[in-house]
Amino acid sequence: MMNKFTLYGCTLAFGILGPILFPAYISQITILWLMVVFALTWDIMGGQMGYNSLGNILFFGVGMYVCAIVQVGMYYDVAQYTAHSGAVKVHFTTAQYFTGLAFGTIAAALVSSLLAVAFGWIVFSLRGPYFAIGTLGVAIAAGELMGTWDYVGGGGGMSLPGFPGESDGSAFFYIAMFTLAIATFLFLRWLYASRFSLAINAIRDDEEKAEGMGIQTKRYKTVAWSISAFFLGISGAIFGNMTGFIEPLEVAFPTVTFGIFMVLMALLGGKGTLWGPIVGAILFHVIKELTWTYLLGWQWIALGALIVINVVFFQQGIVGWMQDKWPEKFGIEVDTQLGVEDTKQTEAVK
Amino acid sequence: MNTLIEVSGVSKSYGGVVANHDVSMSVPEGGITALIGPNGSGKTTLFNSIVGYHPIDAGSIKFEGQEISDLRVQQIARLGLLRTFQQTRIYSKMNCVQNMLISVPHRNASFADMFKKYPAEITERAEHLLEFVGLYSKRKLISGNLSFGQQKLLEFAMALMNEPKVLLLDEPTAGINPTLINGLIDRLKLANTEFGITLFVIEHNMRVVMNLADNIYCLAHGEMLAHGTPDEIQNDQSVIDAYLGAH
Repeated sequence: MMNKFTLYGCTLAFGILGPILFPAYISQITILWLMVVFALTWDIMGGQMGYNSLGNILFFGVGMYVCAIVQVGMYYDVAQYTAHSGAVKVHFTTAQYFTGLAFGTIAAALVSSLLAVAFGWIVFSLRGPYFAIGTLGVAIAAGELMGTWDYVGGGGGMSLPGFPGESDGSAFFYIAMFTLAIATFLFLRWLYASRFSLAINAIRDDEEKAEGMGIQTKRYKTVAWSISAFFLGISGAIFGNMTGFIEPLEVAFPTVTFGIFMVLMALLGGKGTLWGPIVGAILFHVIKELTWTYLLGWQWIALGALIVINVVFFQQGIVGWMQDKWPEKFGIEVDTQLGVEDTKQTEAVK
Repeated sequence: MNTLIEVSGVSKSYGGVVANHDVSMSVPEGGITALIGPNGSGKTTLFNSIVGYHPIDAGSIKFEGQEISDLRVQQIARLGLLRTFQQTRIYSKMNCVQNMLISVPHRNASFADMFKKYPAEITERAEHLLEFVGLYSKRKLISGNLSFGQQKLLEFAMALMNEPKVLLLDEPTAGINPTLINGLIDRLKLANTEFGITLFVIEHNMRVVMNLADNIYCLAHGEMLAHGTPDEIQNDQSVIDAYLGAH
């Protein structure tokens, strides 16, 4: 791809200078990087492997809760902490806060990945639309189940330890989220250069053929999903702490907002490409924030219109469209004389 | 000659339709065996039974002496028993070289192998095989844009890339123009002699079958009708009746 370094440079410059130049928008830009993580992780399955998951938000919420439980549980009894009567008086020192956050984030990543392996065992026997519906069901059920679990505060949710010191921690969480987005991107760039990418592309193009050729399809599918879950779990841990208060339906498992946004962003930018989800996430987030600000009351309609236009007229997405338009810039060769070559081929074989 | 695939007493029905009834046959190592029969005689069903696409109702299928009728498709493929499809199947959004690379044998693939890159010699082998089937100049093209015949050749090259012990080909010449067929026959023979791959072919084109195979089985109405050399089959009255309809 042309001007790769310009692209990297601009992204990095924006990531570093953005919050310094526009301090009022720091949490907006943090969420922008969260959206990038969402779109990138969704695309592993939905774009590269052809498995459209509508339930990836599950791992975001699970990561959030696991991190909170570990953070609190390391120093207090979680059930007492979440009890409405205020059974314990809590105070976290700076050292306790960051130790808890570190272990919580690690636990969030690991538990989310393991959960992906376990759920994968069940839902990977579903194909096509049935897989989408199955994963959607799992995510919605998880939100409802969490709401009935009193240990973590049930539907009332739980508040997280406050960020130590005077600041609200927005700069810290910004750096954390930005680093996560970069780490996710670099990991996927490495992953897509290995045979892993060919295998999951093969599953996308023809899974039955891939099985027939002896590819360990289940292994690839499970690993792909747990990679998504790993990064989503971490993003949930960071976002939960940034918000400071988590509850099941709106914050941890927002299936109809974040859960659907992941899909839309990847589709908008161009699924199955490395940069597509990033482009899609940035564009989507900007459009969403603009409509929320200037078209309040119509914002969902504007978003709906965008989805319709995207799906009906522009299925390959922005980067996908660019690939079709300028294939040589993306290293794709096109046979301009397909018909002529074909006859030559026939003669050569004679 | 050793027997590579040993099918004995295999039956398979779909509901009330008996697709295979008490079918027994064997594929000797190193040769080219063909399976013929009128449409609907159960050839593809037998293929699918052997490669594990569906469970069989009765009988046994052995590959190199090992019972495989209870193994799954991927496990059987990793043993070195590979099939191509009647409707050509390739990975249509990937280019030819990528199609070839992902077709390397997965027999001993470990967990860590998933994240490795392909060494240069594998890419070389892929390109060499693409040259063998005459697709070298097209190697960077998206395979879905190739013509049907070329896709068929690509699928054949992918099968060779997998280094199978035996290759089951379901109508390799169907839909290919007659001039390409000769080239394909030559390459099938070469795959057999040069690469030492045992071939087991379903084929309708009698000119191809008689030219290619040294050992022919004929199915009719789900039962094994005849077995012999091309000459014997050509002169077998029951085979002629099955094709032309006896009264």
